[in-house]
Amino acid sequence: MKIAIASGKGGTGKSTVAANLAFTLSCSRDVVLVDCDVEEPNLHLFFPAEATDVPVTTPVPKIDSAKCNLCGECGKFCRFGALAVVKDRVLTFPHLCHSCGGCALVCPQGAIREVPRTIGRVTRSHPLPRLTLVSGVLNEGEVLAPMVIKAAKMLAEGHPLILYDASPGIACPVIETLEGSDFCVLVTESTPFGLHDLRLAAGVAETLGIPAGVVINRSDGKDEETLDFCREHDLPILMTIPFSREIATTTSRGGLIAALLPGWEERFTDLADAILGVNP
Amino acid sequence: MIVGITARAAGMDAPAEQRFGRAPFFVFVDTETGTAESIENPLVADAGGVGPRAVQMFSEHGATVVITGQVGGNAAKALEAGGIKVYAYRGNGSVADALAEYTAGNLQPLSLS
Repeated sequence: MKIAIASGKGGTGKSTVAANLAFTLSCSRDVVLVDCDVEEPNLHLFFPAEATDVPVTTPVPKIDSAKCNLCGECGKFCRFGALAVVKDRVLTFPHLCHSCGGCALVCPQGAIREVPRTIGRVTRSHPLPRLTLVSGVLNEGEVLAPMVIKAAKMLAEGHPLILYDASPGIACPVIETLEGSDFCVLVTESTPFGLHDLRLAAGVAETLGIPAGVVINRSDGKDEETLDFCREHDLPILMTIPFSREIATTTSRGGLIAALLPGWEERFTDLADAILGVNP
Repeated sequence: MIVGITARAAGMDAPAEQRFGRAPFFVFVDTETGTAESIENPLVADAGGVGPRAVQMFSEHGATVVITGQVGGNAAKALEAGGIKVYAYRGNGSVADALAEYTAGNLQPLSLS
């Protein structure tokens, strides 16, 4: 089973929920936790351990100047401006390339082949006996987050139980993360901002046909609007985490409340049961 | 010599435009015959990478000089590789005014690096 944790809004507690859920699950079974927030992966802060790296590459065009007759078709085709034919040469701008491969297809001379370019890496560690952590890391200045997410997910593929921690937002990286998931946990908070973005994220899950449930984090006990929204959209409330200084302090130090605060391992076990019960 | 000038509309009387890749029109003037050809820029609303693509269009039209307000890094690299010189016109005048300033030697080359 593949479980994605998303939110729309940043800072609602996706990683907190993902880390504590992964920890709790790993007490009784093998679990792989995949950090898909590749622009700022930080799950390793909850789970310090030595990691091994695999580079992530993406194909970019390389011009064979012996075959190229400067016809300009590649530059006209590329909507990202990754190639420009000027005077006596073809310039390539690898960081603008989206690796569609179209330039090589349209080149009448067969003068373009694709070569790999490194845009990030995937790290793997085993912080707990039954927990594997896979983190996607996108290099600074790169834009192809979905490529790194895909590589991280591929490294976890084949395991019976996988958690994907998504990035904030609802665009390509989140869609890439959610794709193929059996269930989506939407983490929200008791603010108008949390609810606004929960609406968006729930819309993405619905569009992708992924059943979803909601975790309300930092609840001040006044969650009526969120509860109404969830009722209207048949979204089960899986868990409510109260606004608490103790939880905030523990988490801000990189601590797992399921490991350190009494009662929370049980509550995350209930969360796991609720999720696995929805789609066992 | 063909001089390419970024513009807000077609023709020599159109106001010159300071943006390079997202200028609504490109006006190519043949300084020997005095004829002008105006091209509507198809890249205006594109998401990104317009600089190198605009340079390819200038190159295809045979321009060896560009008059515009400013160019981005990718466009600068392509202009340099294509041997196209860039001059800065940041006045409020027309395409014809910008060309006259260039012909009079009043425009400074844009630093591309």
